[in-house]
Amino acid sequence: MEHLPVLSIITFMPLVGVILILMINADNLKNIRNTALLTTTATFIFSVFILWFGFDQTVADFQFVEKTSWLGENISYHMGVDGISVLFVLLTTFLMPLVILTGWNTIKHRLKEYMIAFLILETFMIGVFCSLDIVLFYVFFEAGLIPMFMIIGVWGGANRVYASYKLFLYTLLGSVLLLLGLLYMYFTAGTTDIPALMDYNFTPEAQMWLWFGFFASFAVKVPMWPVHTWLPDAHVQAPTAGSVILAGILLKMGGYGFLRFSLPMFPVASYEFAEFIFVLSCIAVVYTSLVALVQKDMKKLIAYSSVAHMGFVTLGIFAFNIQGIEGSIITMLAHGFVASALFLCVGVIYDRLHTREISRYGGLVQNMPKYALVFMFFTMASVGLPGTANFVGEVLVLAGLFKVSSFAAFFALTGVILGAAYMLYLYRRVVFGALTKDDVKAMLDMDKREILIFTPLVICTLWMGIYPTSFLDFMHVSVENLITNFNASIDAYQLTLTGDK
Amino acid sequence: MDSLNLAPAYSEIILAVGALALLMLGVFKGDKSTRLVSWLSVFLMVLCVFIIASLPDGRSFSFGNMFVTDGFTSFMKILILIASGAAIAMSISFFEQENAGKFELPIIMTLATVGMLVMVSANDLMTLYMGLELQSLSLYVLAAFRRGSTRSTEAGLKYFILGALSSGMLLYGSSLIYGFIGTMNFTAIAGVLSHTGEHGPSIGVVIGLVFILSGLAFKISAVPFHMWTPDVYEGAPTPITSFFAVAPKIAALALLLRVIEVPFGTMEASWSQIIFFMSILSMILGSVAAIMQFNIKRLMAYSSIGHIGFALMAMASGSELGVSGILYYMSIYLVTNVGVFSCIMGMRRKDGMTENINDLAGLAKSRPAMAAAIALFMLSLAGIPPLVGFYAKFYVIGAAVAEGHYVLSVIAFMASVIGAFYYLRIIKIMYFDEGEPDFIAQKSLLMRSVAFVSAAGVIFMGFPQISAPLKEAASLAAKALLS
Repeated sequence: MEHLPVLSIITFMPLVGVILILMINADNLKNIRNTALLTTTATFIFSVFILWFGFDQTVADFQFVEKTSWLGENISYHMGVDGISVLFVLLTTFLMPLVILTGWNTIKHRLKEYMIAFLILETFMIGVFCSLDIVLFYVFFEAGLIPMFMIIGVWGGANRVYASYKLFLYTLLGSVLLLLGLLYMYFTAGTTDIPALMDYNFTPEAQMWLWFGFFASFAVKVPMWPVHTWLPDAHVQAPTAGSVILAGILLKMGGYGFLRFSLPMFPVASYEFAEFIFVLSCIAVVYTSLVALVQKDMKKLIAYSSVAHMGFVTLGIFAFNIQGIEGSIITMLAHGFVASALFLCVGVIYDRLHTREISRYGGLVQNMPKYALVFMFFTMASVGLPGTANFVGEVLVLAGLFKVSSFAAFFALTGVILGAAYMLYLYRRVVFGALTKDDVKAMLDMDKREILIFTPLVICTLWMGIYPTSFLDFMHVSVENLITNFNASIDAYQLTLTGDK
Repeated sequence: MDSLNLAPAYSEIILAVGALALLMLGVFKGDKSTRLVSWLSVFLMVLCVFIIASLPDGRSFSFGNMFVTDGFTSFMKILILIASGAAIAMSISFFEQENAGKFELPIIMTLATVGMLVMVSANDLMTLYMGLELQSLSLYVLAAFRRGSTRSTEAGLKYFILGALSSGMLLYGSSLIYGFIGTMNFTAIAGVLSHTGEHGPSIGVVIGLVFILSGLAFKISAVPFHMWTPDVYEGAPTPITSFFAVAPKIAALALLLRVIEVPFGTMEASWSQIIFFMSILSMILGSVAAIMQFNIKRLMAYSSIGHIGFALMAMASGSELGVSGILYYMSIYLVTNVGVFSCIMGMRRKDGMTENINDLAGLAKSRPAMAAAIALFMLSLAGIPPLVGFYAKFYVIGAAVAEGHYVLSVIAFMASVIGAFYYLRIIKIMYFDEGEPDFIAQKSLLMRSVAFVSAAGVIFMGFPQISAPLKEAASLAAKALLS
């Protein structure tokens, strides 16, 4: 059937904005901002119409598929979304207008390049979630590093060069191993098409190696303990908008990668290494929560909390049941809203006082009541209060996890408690207490632009927390299909094991 | 035996005769004819591209089987001609700005190109040596071209001594081969070697092969025969460095490919290990040693050593996939390097050229287009997608993986991550650091369009519309070599 290449349009729409911005004079800040906002909003509205309303929730297959030959033999330009990826595309297009608004007044230095970098980044991020060919996926996956490197390096904090290098080289090191695995798959299976590779059975031994190659890349991206150290640096040094993108979308690529590649393509290896993942994730949850408790820098604290939340995600994915996986997808989406919002909260007061040090603040509730309310809401959401999105995700993950390993679930629960501790501690120190410092007293409450940024995030967090069905319906059939195929491969594998004996 | 069939060699003949005619023109008109002579030599090269493109398919021999043309030679020759043409064109405006235009320059470059074309078509150890020496002697002169400058003279002398040594090794190897096999013709050598029976070729042949490989490794500056490269790159005037960086490398690589695949194709066990280790060493040295370089030309020298390492990696696999990977790789290498050097030639301040990368600080603010172009080239050299350098690496590493050389591929990946560090540093200096590079705006439209076209190539060559035909042509050329 001939139809519009809608996914390509969504993916490359931001580049139209890039071309328009290139034609605007660099001094014309207003037009540059408006063009960027307009492009991202248009992309969001278009993607909502196509993907939210046009997506068939009863089909497990890929939809809106486009396929043309690309690099010769069996490497094609193949795009499509299923229940797992569609929500990530929407999350990306949803967050982008907010991200553009974040830097609205604060970024005056090289605004043109700033907006171009973000728009290019949006294209690459959407491309990651839409591609159905591993080479295409890899191209988008790694290309996203370039704008992110620039965003941290040019508009970042004092130690930005170190942070940007660390981000780039860490991620590159992980992803070249993915590339090696990819090449091996290409020459073994003869194709790089994702649906075709899902049907291909690699030998258990090959799966182990391939799994590790992919793991190296995704573990860095998630990030999992102990390769998470780039994240606090990157978050602290990045401008607010960069942190939002990093926490909101880039971290999700790791989890998405596990779901898209590791589980369906290397089921045996995933099954064998599940405990390994459990151990790493439990350490991540407990250890990074403890580290978060003692942070003096707000962004660093939230960065460590991100690592802990991502620990939940990997635990859920490797529980290999519907609750676990759906829980981890919901957790990723919820984290996309909540962590982004928390970084924005930090950004609001950073814009006023230009410090992220927790002890410099205190008593903000008196002169910034609106801010205190919003910050409170997202603190509670991060803790996982019922009625917010994180609660749904955590409950599902824990339910799925209990079926597999009550031991891992125990550690995960500890993380929830510690999470409450560090978030409330942060909130108390920043918002409550006596309002003594003069410069803090002079801080103004949130303006209309900032309220406008937070409103959609609050609505989405509540919506997902109160009525998660509208999100779960999207992924249900695809996740079920994934689990069915996974179990079938595991059963076959165990049959051969017993057969050998 | 055929009668004297000149058709396959038309391009070489036209270039050689043309160069001599231009020499006459230059001698009578003096240095003021530099511009005319240069453009005429570029025109000759364009003409030759068309002549080569119109050659009939299939393999044909001439000059008593000493000279061969097929799809492979055509592909390589076209690359060489484009690289030489671009280098000559860029040298025009460069030397005009320096007020140092000499009409001999384009002529010597044209003669070097003739040598390279002969090298590519060599089907006999004698032709090989002739082409190689014509090329090398021209290059020695070019390296020392700015005779008033100590650095340039030193570069020329260094290159000459080391080059003569490598030619000597090559010649010695050839004599051993001739002594043990009794023929110098590639096709005949292949015929003899395919009937060596149980014990394989005699040890003399192996030693001869090693000497020939060493001599050729010199020309492509593969480790451990790379020592001359950074010094010569740094000492030679920039347009000449840009010439050194591409065309001779492609020619020597083509020659190396033919030597190992055609006459010694049956001795893969002997040469594959040598190539293997040269590849590993070149990749590692190319990425590690460049970290300490702050002169952009030295940095590009180490970068080229690393890139040759990648090309050799595909060669070690010895498969058709590998050969086509190398051809694709060298096409991309050509585009990126021409672009980089066109930008390096724009690093001109009021007090003359600068080569220190720290002088690029703040370039993103003062000259955003130039900074963006350099950034694109660096990212492409680092092999970061979606730029075209990634696809080049993808194919050569893919060829190694297909042959099961996993260790080699892992080393290649590590080298490319380390290499990414110094490519990124240039971007860091341009974009993150504050400074006032106050470069003189590039007035030459030609130089600007070369940079623009290469930058566009770096972005768009990965698109199927361009990448697919190029890959197809490379595969056909590889098939032609191996058939």
